Amino acid sequence: MSSKGAAPPSTAAADPPRRTGRRQQRVAAAVLLTPFTALLVAVFLVPVGYAIYLSLFSEDHEGLGFGGGRTVFTGLRSYLSVLQDPSFLSGFGTIALYCVIFVPLVVISALALGLLLDSGLVRMRRTAQMLVYLPHAVPGIIAAVIWLYLYTPGLSPVIKLFAQADITIDFLGLHTVLPSIVNIALWSGLGYNMIIFYAALQALPREVIEAATIDGAGGIRTALQVKVPIIRGSVVMVCMFSLIGALQLFTEPMLMNQATPMVNSRFTPNMYIYDAAFRRNNYGLASAASIILLIVTCVLSYAVTRWSGRRERRA
Amino acid sequence: MTTTTPTTPVNAPQGPPARPLGKPFGRSKLTSRGIANAVVLIAALYTMLPALWLLLASTKNADALFGSDILSFGDFSFGRNLSDLFSMDGGLYGEWYVNSLLYAVVGALVGSLISVAAGYAFDKYEFRHKEKLFGLVLTGVMVPPTVLALPLYLVASNIGMVNTFWSVFIPVLFNPFGVYLARLLSSGYVPNEVLEASRVDGAGELQTYVRVSLRMLGPGFVTVFLFQLTAIWNNFFLPMVMLSDQHLYPLSLGLYTWNSAATVSPEYYPLVVIGSLLAVVPLIVAFVMLQRYWKSGLTAGSVK
Repeated sequence: MSSKGAAPPSTAAADPPRRTGRRQQRVAAAVLLTPFTALLVAVFLVPVGYAIYLSLFSEDHEGLGFGGGRTVFTGLRSYLSVLQDPSFLSGFGTIALYCVIFVPLVVISALALGLLLDSGLVRMRRTAQMLVYLPHAVPGIIAAVIWLYLYTPGLSPVIKLFAQADITIDFLGLHTVLPSIVNIALWSGLGYNMIIFYAALQALPREVIEAATIDGAGGIRTALQVKVPIIRGSVVMVCMFSLIGALQLFTEPMLMNQATPMVNSRFTPNMYIYDAAFRRNNYGLASAASIILLIVTCVLSYAVTRWSGRRERRA
Repeated sequence: MTTTTPTTPVNAPQGPPARPLGKPFGRSKLTSRGIANAVVLIAALYTMLPALWLLLASTKNADALFGSDILSFGDFSFGRNLSDLFSMDGGLYGEWYVNSLLYAVVGALVGSLISVAAGYAFDKYEFRHKEKLFGLVLTGVMVPPTVLALPLYLVASNIGMVNTFWSVFIPVLFNPFGVYLARLLSSGYVPNEVLEASRVDGAGELQTYVRVSLRMLGPGFVTVFLFQLTAIWNNFFLPMVMLSDQHLYPLSLGLYTWNSAATVSPEYYPLVVIGSLLAVVPLIVAFVMLQRYWKSGLTAGSVK
């Protein structure tokens, strides 16, 4: 073609500027990355390293503990005592049960709402989105406060309403307290996850949907067999963040802890860590529990991404 | 190059395809429309009613909160509650509000600048151990902040930083998810050709970043900023671990302590309610104001 244009500079002339260019790029990369790297070291690597170090030692308080305790190397003993502590393990049991209820519930309902909004059947789409999304802008602790009030007998209009229909309902009972916590999380997370799905659905190529419609697929079939498989990536992302979120569970049960004896001070692994560090002053134990929780989180995230990756390759 | 292929294609696209025969939802379209709207309405009621309760409850004094019907307005004491809120405990609530704004707005601003810069560098530049470093970022994404809180406390107490503003402010700047998102958004929003053009013009790399790329990254920046703003405003575990001075508390921790106090002194109940209501306002304002940019950022993130 007639691509004459400006003659490219000869290599001899181009070499020095290109080299300085590359050096300049390396300098720019370093400058842009320095603040983040400093944070990475200061608030991630160093604390984790220090926690590992601390988890291998134990304070040995002799006598009345005056003059400070002696620090003794105890190896993996803290890890063993954490792993053998029934209250730590039951915390994980609580989380597992919470996940079994919460993850399918939030994924399915957010996906259903996202698909409905995407289907074009719904009126006032923007308003609906905004209303469902709104709780996400409510801080977790405040969401917990609101719902705790709605769960408290004597305060709750919900309980009063049920009472008028002769139904006694106890939101803070032995079997209801976990679903009550799930409800708070669902209330907060529903709209946010719905928006993620909706955004992904909106980004789908319209031709694909048209093709399915022309092929005679109905609305529901198109949704389930065409749309959902394409946005599988978003579904996996939501699952993963819900799982990680579940492992962090602290704020809501901590508040429940004030209101009902059904939630004890070691209800979740995070509460166990808080309890060990600040009520029992056992930093070795708390550090070991933190490291175990960290490992579980990483393994779980890795497993989810690997699993979804394999699914994707097979598909 | 000189072949004489006809330049007018024979099979030119014939405009948009004809509308599909029949309606996509068949005869039941009316019913499915009804069901769809009903489901969305129920969801909206589910999310709105507790918020509405918060609004109504904030107009009630302590007695009415326990005694009267939530919908009755006989005891309208919103103004009283408001003035009580800001005068209780020597105006602590006002201090908490300022603290929260400082932690969240300044923290999210600085934090997202740091994250976007790093994400951009990961996207646009080649350097040694790049993918290894990015792997570390991804690990950071997976690690919940609450797991880091205790180790952070231990380090902070060692260097004497516990119970200071900085002990909460510095850790919240660390936002690996922001870096991950920024890398994704940078590859979507900033075409490499623009950088080439800028280089040909003789602009320095950092100059290009500040003057050209950062502007194109606008929606991405807003997305990262909003995520971080929400996260910091929500932050509870870290301040709870780090702070013992009530004057340094953010709203979340302050309201928690008042809520604990309310079990003994019920006069705190209305204050927790109205305090919670006011604590929600900044986030809603931020989201409504920045919704447009935030949405486009999210979409770009989810296509990948």
